[in-house]
Amino acid sequence: MTAITDSAGATPSSGDRTLSTSELAAVRADFPLLARTVRGGRPLVYLDSAATAQKPDVVLDAEQDFYLQRNAAVHRGAHQLAEEATEAYEQARHEVAELVGVDDGELVWTANATAAVNVVAYAMSNASLGRGGATARRFALGAGDEVVVTEAEHHANIVPWQELCARTGATLRWIGVHDDGRLRLDDLTNVVTERTRVLAFSHASNVTGAVTDVAALVARAREVGALTVLDACQSVPHMPVDLHALDVDFAAFSGHKMLGPTGVGALYGRRELLEAMPPVLTGGSMVEVVTMETTTYAPPPQRFEAGSQMVAQAVGMGAAARYLRELGMEAVAAHEAEMTRLLLDAVASVPGVRLLGPADDRDRLALVSFVVDGVHAHDVGQVLDDAGVAVRVGHHCAQPLHRRLGAAASARASAAVYTTAEEVAAFADALARVRPFFGLDREGTR
Amino acid sequence: MSSMEQLYQQLILDHAKDPHGKGLAEGHDAESFQVNPTCGDEVRLRVHLAAADAPTVDRVSWEGQGCSISQASVSVMSELVTGASVEEAEQLGETFRALMQSRGEGLDEAAEDRLGDATAFTGVAKYPARIKCALLGWAALRDALVQASAATTKKEEER
Ligand SMILES: Cc1ncc(COP(=O)(O)O)c(C=O)c1O
Repeated sequence: MTAITDSAGATPSSGDRTLSTSELAAVRADFPLLARTVRGGRPLVYLDSAATAQKPDVVLDAEQDFYLQRNAAVHRGAHQLAEEATEAYEQARHEVAELVGVDDGELVWTANATAAVNVVAYAMSNASLGRGGATARRFALGAGDEVVVTEAEHHANIVPWQELCARTGATLRWIGVHDDGRLRLDDLTNVVTERTRVLAFSHASNVTGAVTDVAALVARAREVGALTVLDACQSVPHMPVDLHALDVDFAAFSGHKMLGPTGVGALYGRRELLEAMPPVLTGGSMVEVVTMETTTYAPPPQRFEAGSQMVAQAVGMGAAARYLRELGMEAVAAHEAEMTRLLLDAVASVPGVRLLGPADDRDRLALVSFVVDGVHAHDVGQVLDDAGVAVRVGHHCAQPLHRRLGAAASARASAAVYTTAEEVAAFADALARVRPFFGLDREGTR
Repeated sequence: MSSMEQLYQQLILDHAKDPHGKGLAEGHDAESFQVNPTCGDEVRLRVHLAAADAPTVDRVSWEGQGCSISQASVSVMSELVTGASVEEAEQLGETFRALMQSRGEGLDEAAEDRLGDATAFTGVAKYPARIKCALLGWAALRDALVQASAATTKKEEER
């Protein structure tokens, strides 16, 4: 384990201090997979962390240790293993809550970010049917109400709201984007109105890398009394995130994108909101008293954690959160800011390549989505793959945004804390070979 | 030849650049629209049958967008099935699907003879993520032929 701050759990290192060469080497040594080769012995250049991140030893060890030493059902049973399992599970919740600046009781385990958004949407649906009684009425939607998203969202933050609107009679509206993918904040007062009940938006786009001005959106939502739901999938792994300071009502993120395991994610909900919200999945573990006629529900977060949970994965996600905190999110962000500049330069250096997203490195993640003139994204990805460079191709679960930016599909290179300048250089080299490989000249003219 | 060079045979690159049968024509007997949801590749394909003793594919016309593999595959397919009986066209589809399952090993000589230019896609079978691209047009053809024969049966029943 790499300890860059002086002690475990210490406050993150502050300032713009980035990772030194030896610290970066130590980080990479924590990720065994990064050392493998692909496609006939080429070193792997993993630039697909926005899809899913690689995992450090400490995450794998935490999961294994749980199964080897502590495995038992949590929150039930009086034996020692059950106690230890419950403690590991709740300690993991604490680690994740701490990383994003919230209280333990405000953090609900979910399968992933998609599930977290759906918990909010289905709780609102249930409230619209009268479930949860008078206290849940604030979540009820009907005809005349509006839900607002943005055109830059991942499908995970569009489709659940479309469905909620279809079930309740509410109307879906959206904030548009500029040609560089940044939100049209000038639309804000037109689109977010007294009729808006929910404003759901991402903290950072998985396609354009643009980081949202959360304060501006939250301020407008507060003015009109709308609930805010933040998709924090792409921010939590890459920058300091304090959800209390951001003042959002709900937030969703996934373990597997923040160096943790698959199968686990989290929903943050402001305490009084979670307390007032009706359950979604129902059954064991989320109840107080069950009779044959009726049931009373456990307080949050358990109310939203029906059935046996993904305990080992939660423990792994806790270890990932701790790992990130020990590196220091400021240091992670500073390192990735360098990668942002290098990635932008790489794309700008190759003729015939169009960037989807802002060309400036301000408020921007270390990822670049791009289109190569005359070459389909799938073919771009194949040539990069031949050089050992792993990128994502397709629409990255953001079809409306691609449509808006005039691209059927794109290729995307995305960095994480373990990405090096040499890797970005290898990406740039491989990218320069794409058009020539397909018989197009380097200049982008044909 | 590297795996990637085997994947992108010159014939494939040529068809991708200059596709055969592209552009939808009227007077078709059935149409199918297929998408590959992971990458957004799409093809709209029409079959135009000729009335003969055994129903025959008079021509195939299509419109689509996608990667070089998917576009070249529809193009090669439309050349290959033009003039074939419906039954032969369906069998060619089965043979091509078998080629895609061959992990790049190819098929026996007789099968490869039948597939002609479509054997250029053998290298695709080494890249599981690209097999769907190569099959997109063939999936549209199969669907359109099923629809066309259902329509024919219906007409005959109505008679
Ligand atoms: C911005 C954003 N939101 C939501 C998601 C969905 O995450 P998951 O598939 O882990 O639920 C992703 C992942 O692709 C994402 O990038």
